[in-house]
Amino acid sequence: MTIPFYVAPEQLVRDKAEFARKGIARGRSILAIEYDRGVLLIAENPSSALHKISEMYDRIAFAGVGKYNEFETLRKAGIRQADLMGYLYSRSDVTAQGIATAFSQTLGSIFSHEMKPYEVEVLICEVGADDEPNRLFKVSYDGTLFDERRFCAIGGKADALSDAVREGFREGMDLASAIRLAVRAFRTAEEREPEGWEAAVLDLQNGRRAFRRLDPDEIAAALSEEG
Amino acid sequence: MPLPLDAPSPGSSFTEFLTGLGHAPTWEIPPGAEGTLQAPEGTTVLALRYEGGVVMAGDRQATEGYAVAHRRIQKVFPSDRFSAVAISGTAGLAIEMVRLFQVELEHYEKIEGVRLSLEGKANFLARLVRGQLPMVFQGLIVVPLFAGYDEQEERGRLYTFDVVGGRYEEREYGATGSGARLAKSYLRTAYRPDLDAAGALQVALGALVAAADEDVATGGPDLRRGILPSVYAVDAEGVREVPESQVRDAAETALEEVR
Repeated sequence: MTIPFYVAPEQLVRDKAEFARKGIARGRSILAIEYDRGVLLIAENPSSALHKISEMYDRIAFAGVGKYNEFETLRKAGIRQADLMGYLYSRSDVTAQGIATAFSQTLGSIFSHEMKPYEVEVLICEVGADDEPNRLFKVSYDGTLFDERRFCAIGGKADALSDAVREGFREGMDLASAIRLAVRAFRTAEEREPEGWEAAVLDLQNGRRAFRRLDPDEIAAALSEEG
Repeated sequence: MPLPLDAPSPGSSFTEFLTGLGHAPTWEIPPGAEGTLQAPEGTTVLALRYEGGVVMAGDRQATEGYAVAHRRIQKVFPSDRFSAVAISGTAGLAIEMVRLFQVELEHYEKIEGVRLSLEGKANFLARLVRGQLPMVFQGLIVVPLFAGYDEQEERGRLYTFDVVGGRYEEREYGATGSGARLAKSYLRTAYRPDLDAAGALQVALGALVAAADEDVATGGPDLRRGILPSVYAVDAEGVREVPESQVRDAAETALEEVR
């Protein structure tokens, strides 16, 4: 007679969480910071072809850390969901909160039902139209949803990054200052020189589609300015 | 509602995704339905190439039989950052087609990280036109006009279509709708390949006025009511709506010519 295989649910959840956290810790972190005209998203990324940050909808951006194929699957699904809602109803009916909730439900159900949880953390940011506040939502590997203010970090070094940003954050700083603050925070958190940047902004001045990638020259120019 | 992690192939097509969900726009015709429906119809739209880009213009009227259904309908739309689409035929079907086309182009761009080629966009639009074929037998026809700036070849290009989804690239100009024949006969004499943006705007307005002059369905510039044709230009900088003041000046000059 074989002894039935039993693992306590607490143990199972703990093991899965530890597994997911380990995977995420291997990936490089991403930071979102508010500035006077919108939201800056910045990541250390040596590759210029594989993006961690991308456009999701008119005023909404997505960023993911962890396993590339997993957050890429989530990113595409998020775009599908956003475009579907906007097409069936109206463009103004697509909100970061709605999208973030869908991410949360999806990640939560994968965490509890699948053998292997997704080793990812994602960020859903929205620049507020007409004096509405910006929204920064973080969704963790088990579907937990966090509503953050002013700045938000995901990835292995998220806590260290947040601490470093908290010290230098000023309300209403311009884009160049935000970039400098972010770069300083990455240096402090990683304790080494970062290898290449990927950055984008959500800025209402870009028109209906607020998302715009920053090219390396813009980042270099911001860093060379002293503020 | 959880995220749609799976999508039908190709995963980059919004239309395929909608079809898979059963949300694609369809118009069921009851079996044995006879006679033709009457729905508002868009009339004349046209496009022409100039040095460095394409200009696209359309009147603002929709007609239902011999009656004016709408005086300020929009028939020319930007479809993404580097292209524009204009519609003629049954307005309700055509506007829905444009809406889907716009979402499709943006969806592809976001999913793939690059824009479709201009030819890719035109081929996709042809597919949407082909999908309307069953409606043609009810007398509900949609014929678009597509123009844009080809970022690879660095020139403006334009495409005309037919009811079965045939797609034809035009070298100089194209027009569709009830006044298309009149607009084209104006364009045939006025068009020059070395036109600049301002010259192309003037020729486009001249052609619309010529069409409105002899086609009852086409609404010419109505300065008294302040109804002006909608005009978009696409060049290396992208698509933009030509400002009303410029359209008004060109419309006044064009109306002066036919007086």
